[in-house]
Amino acid sequence: MAYVTILTESCKSCGYCVKFCAKHVLAVGKQVNKQGYPYIVAENPAACIGCAMCAQMCPEAAIEVYR
Amino acid sequence: MEKVYSRTRMIQEKMVVGFCPGCMHGTVFKLIGEVMEEMGIADHSALVIGVGCSGLALEYVRYDATTAPHGRACAVATGVKRSNPGTIVFTYQGDGDLASIGLGETMSAANRGENFTVIFINNGIYGMTGGQMAPTTLLGMKATTAPFGRKAEEHGYPMHMCEILNQLTAPYYLERCSCNTPANVMKTRKAIRKAFQNQIDGKGFSMVEIVTSCPTNWGLDALEALRFLEENMLKEFPLGVIRDRSKEAN
Amino acid sequence: MSRVFMKGNEAIAEAAVRSGCRFFAGYPITPQNEIPEYLSRRLPDVGGVFVQGESEIASINMVYGAGQTGTRSMTSSSSCGISLKSEGVSFCAAARVPIVYCNMARGGPGIGTIQPAQQDYMQATKASGNGGFRMLVFAPSTVQEAADMTYAAFDYAQRDRNPVLILGDGVLGTIMEPVELPRMRSEEEVAQLKRELSDWTLIGHDPDKGRAFIKPGVWSTKGQEQMCKDNAALYDSWEKDVQVETIGLEDAQLVITGYGISGRIAASAVGKLRTEGLKVGFIRPKTVSPFPYGAYEVLDFHRVKCILDVEMAIPALMIYDVRLAVKDRCPIETCLHAGGEIMSREEIIEKARALLAK
Repeated sequence: MAYVTILTESCKSCGYCVKFCAKHVLAVGKQVNKQGYPYIVAENPAACIGCAMCAQMCPEAAIEVYR
Repeated sequence: MEKVYSRTRMIQEKMVVGFCPGCMHGTVFKLIGEVMEEMGIADHSALVIGVGCSGLALEYVRYDATTAPHGRACAVATGVKRSNPGTIVFTYQGDGDLASIGLGETMSAANRGENFTVIFINNGIYGMTGGQMAPTTLLGMKATTAPFGRKAEEHGYPMHMCEILNQLTAPYYLERCSCNTPANVMKTRKAIRKAFQNQIDGKGFSMVEIVTSCPTNWGLDALEALRFLEENMLKEFPLGVIRDRSKEAN
Repeated sequence: MSRVFMKGNEAIAEAAVRSGCRFFAGYPITPQNEIPEYLSRRLPDVGGVFVQGESEIASINMVYGAGQTGTRSMTSSSSCGISLKSEGVSFCAAARVPIVYCNMARGGPGIGTIQPAQQDYMQATKASGNGGFRMLVFAPSTVQEAADMTYAAFDYAQRDRNPVLILGDGVLGTIMEPVELPRMRSEEEVAQLKRELSDWTLIGHDPDKGRAFIKPGVWSTKGQEQMCKDNAALYDSWEKDVQVETIGLEDAQLVITGYGISGRIAASAVGKLRTEGLKVGFIRPKTVSPFPYGAYEVLDFHRVKCILDVEMAIPALMIYDVRLAVKDRCPIETCLHAGGEIMSREEIIEKARALLAK
């Protein structure tokens, strides 16, 4: 099953990945990282198909994708 | 299970770069790193960076880098490339750097057909200095130095750099892209790869103009800025190939 | 050594090539035009690169770029063009990029005139750009000195990784004189000079083995302050590089002082006065940065009645350094021209006689 990993310290919660994930896997998390950003979490990991749209969009190169 | 997308090794592994949330400078440096890795050119490449927010990436990237005085990157790159043609040289400049103070250097380098690559980030504003009007600021768009919005009769019109350079004979490849959707990100990556390949093949001057957003200085959050970009910037700065000599019958 | 009859500008250009210069960018401005013109013919012969920049600003930035690859690089201009280059030179000084540049000075300020003058002394020796950096600045007074100083300038620039300035003028640029041209360095020597810098030069490095990172400034203020301290240590080390010509200081009652072309004209005046048995001494700074304060220090101020400062600059400019050296231990008079008016030997002699008669 495909999945993504997120460098939580790099995430600035811009929301691009959440917006472009067609499967609604990702969402803004409750926890904040050291910089104070509520980093993105895979709220619905089972739905991930490994299309990497999130990783394409991420300005922080914070997302890696496995399929 | 296979890793299908990994973080480029051309940026510091642990570093969080200083760009604002949603700033596409980060995206473009990611793409540049990915392309350099894929083409295996990192060990003989050199970045000539202009002055602006992009300078925040100097410690972030892991390949040779220098800083040009504001506006002079194309002149510095001319010196670097011509005195050491074996090095892949590219400039990375914002709209203030390339189209305002550096317009002369940009036009002249393009007109000489200098064999290096220009990465031009057009976000319609001065970012680092806090939101002043740029040559690409849209009509009606507010800026700290155009508090009532840009007016043509007072501030002139947004400058279309790809089209302007398209009037010159020498440039080889001019394309305008954006990083506002995954599809456009992939097109931008392709354009950057093509521009580097042109340089490797000695084809002369290539420029990739990338229309981006500036949430902080547009006074919007990242997603609102994305919408403004699509509804306004991309109307003024249509995407696409403006010139590609490799396509013309040679 | 080959002895030829050559114009000053061209001798400077040829000396640069012989010293290993393989990149030049410049822009037309009288009275330095023969430097780019000559190099546009000569550099291709030696596999070098000549670019006519679209402006002096572009030109210095091309040289800043080429210098970062370890290539011996030069630009030249005159007065107003030198002003345009000051930011670029400041970047070279901050990032410790070795370059050589020449100012064949002309009448000023503003567009002034195209004729020779020495009105850029302060700009050249005190503030060639923002940030308070310093440079070795050589002031030739003959075509021979211009060639020798240019040749050496590239070695100083590489030794210190710092910009070096040749402060000439329109006279030196355009007169023709016999000159012994320095030895032509072989291609292998030039390549070796470039290799010696390759660990820091912008030619591409394996990111995993450590990249080259040229820093004309750094984000951290502590880091920037440390760079300023390191640079200051370099500037302090230049005492050993001071060059000055002196005549007859052991018995002088009047000392005439001047640099570059004024120094040369003054020297011939001193020669004539001494043949008449008048006790006239002479001090000619050959480096104007660092200034040879020590040469004035040795004067016997009980015997020296006055110092005559000869310059083609109104207001006088080198006089500030002379005052620093003399420390009010005797009066300083001046004999000045400006705006392209050329100093004459007779005026200096007349002034000197009047001062001695007091």
